[in-house]
Amino acid sequence: MISFDNVLKTYDNKTVLDRVSMSLPDNKMIAFIGPNGAGKSTLISIISRILKKDDGDIIIDDETLDNWNTSLLAKEISILRQANHLSVKITVRELVGFGRYPYSKGKLNKEDNVIIDEAINYMGINHLEDRYLNELSGGERQMAFIAMTIAQDTKYIILDEPLNNLDMNHSVKIMKILKELVEKKNKTILIVIHDINFVTNYADYIVAMKDGKILFAGDTYEIITKDILKQIYDIDIDVVSLEGKSICLYYK
Amino acid sequence: MKRPLKKLWVRFLLASVISLGLMLFILLFGLTSKNFSFFFPRRLDRVFAFVLVSFAISYSTISFQTMTSNRLLTPSIMGLDALYLFIQTVIVFFFGSGKIEMLNGINNYLLSIIIMIGFSLILFTLLFKKENNSIYFLLLVGMIMGSFFGGLSTFMQSILDPNEFLLVQGKMFASFNSINTELLIISFVIIAIVLLSTLTDYKKLDVLSLGKDQAVSLGIDYKKLVFKNLIAISILTSVATALVGPVTFLGLIIASLSSYVFKSYKHHIRIIGATLISLIFLGFAVIVIERVFNFQTTVSVIINLIGGLYFIFLILKEAKK
Repeated sequence: MISFDNVLKTYDNKTVLDRVSMSLPDNKMIAFIGPNGAGKSTLISIISRILKKDDGDIIIDDETLDNWNTSLLAKEISILRQANHLSVKITVRELVGFGRYPYSKGKLNKEDNVIIDEAINYMGINHLEDRYLNELSGGERQMAFIAMTIAQDTKYIILDEPLNNLDMNHSVKIMKILKELVEKKNKTILIVIHDINFVTNYADYIVAMKDGKILFAGDTYEIITKDILKQIYDIDIDVVSLEGKSICLYYK
Repeated sequence: MKRPLKKLWVRFLLASVISLGLMLFILLFGLTSKNFSFFFPRRLDRVFAFVLVSFAISYSTISFQTMTSNRLLTPSIMGLDALYLFIQTVIVFFFGSGKIEMLNGINNYLLSIIIMIGFSLILFTLLFKKENNSIYFLLLVGMIMGSFFGGLSTFMQSILDPNEFLLVQGKMFASFNSINTELLIISFVIIAIVLLSTLTDYKKLDVLSLGKDQAVSLGIDYKKLVFKNLIAISILTSVATALVGPVTFLGLIIASLSSYVFKSYKHHIRIIGATLISLIFLGFAVIVIERVFNFQTTVSVIINLIGGLYFIFLILKEAKK
């Protein structure tokens, strides 16, 4: 279980996270929503060790983040940020192989290779295995990065806007696979997404943030209401039910 | 997966044979039993210097490029070359050519190394204390310090006596002639210590080439790795510069050629490859200078000429894509 206790982060005089406390449920797809500058990415970066908090504690499986050994934690939590530009030329398979680094420290053994094969199969990118990353489209590259995260085989997976700049086909494919990871492999996924309709369709649990505070947290159906969305985004959003799913209409 | 591996071995073998051949040529060409005792030890020193400098620049340039995720930077951006020339200028400025031993002996070498390493240590510790300062901020400060030292040196050089300026000028260009055996041994010891203490970092640098965030996710202690390697780089660059003069531009060429020839993301392959390419490059340059130009030019000129041409080639190739 991941929980925060009084987490504070300030830049100069601006408070980005204002003493945030809560516990996240396990085995769920947890979506972090809220307007830009709400502190979602900051909170997620702090959990994933990319940023340091100013005060408070992050507790991961009964141990504070400061007490975790970095290389052991890499077997518990993985992070994927927006697919970035790489300065090296590596193939998809080599990239996925990096996911095994926490286990084999760069010397891949037979077991690692089996897991790499599985991860590549899981994402359905076998045909891209020997292609260089810089020759792929944005969607294909993101699929390769997610395969690496799968190969890392952590209990918690943190994704910061994984659907940015992707087409609908790749977005849906990725969300389906993530959902499957939660349901079949008992992973807990923390995800920041801006498209609210992806949230209503795939997330189990929502953490809504605004101005560095957690405004609401609860199961998806509890949060996705006109009243709550108005408080988060300051605009009127109609929630309609379509084939048993909530769809938000905000294009007014 | 099998074929590229085989190719890699062929390329390695080829690079090793060529570099070994060139080194043997430099070592043995024209030796007779009469001149052996005079030439051989000097040539041996020189070949030894080639190997040390090649490794030092290869490691420092390639790991520096990984840490900054930029394939066009060399450690010279941190201002170490400029600082070296500044130290040389200051020595001539204040002591004059009367104390010529100050400029060539072990004193100057140790003084330069200590000041350069001390300077980088102060820079790194000051900048790494604050969390939000990224490595780019460090580069920026290094660059400004570099131009500051460069400016001061130019000012002092322009008011120097022309004869004394010639002494400084001699230090501005890399030279593999008349290398002091004593300095070589000290350099060897320092470089060997750095080599041994960074042996475990090659795999970590491989992971770091995915970028800072991904490296942290995969369990790399980013701050520790970067700090340690920055220190290693400043030591290697300082030692190479104090031994033969400013050679960091060579690093840019060999790092780029190494990834072009060996096509690997793995640091041990890239660094060994770059070392071999550097040996070929230096060996070739020295032979050309001695046999074709009759010592009329310096290694620096050849490095800049071929390096410049290579970069024009790279730019044209990129533009075609």
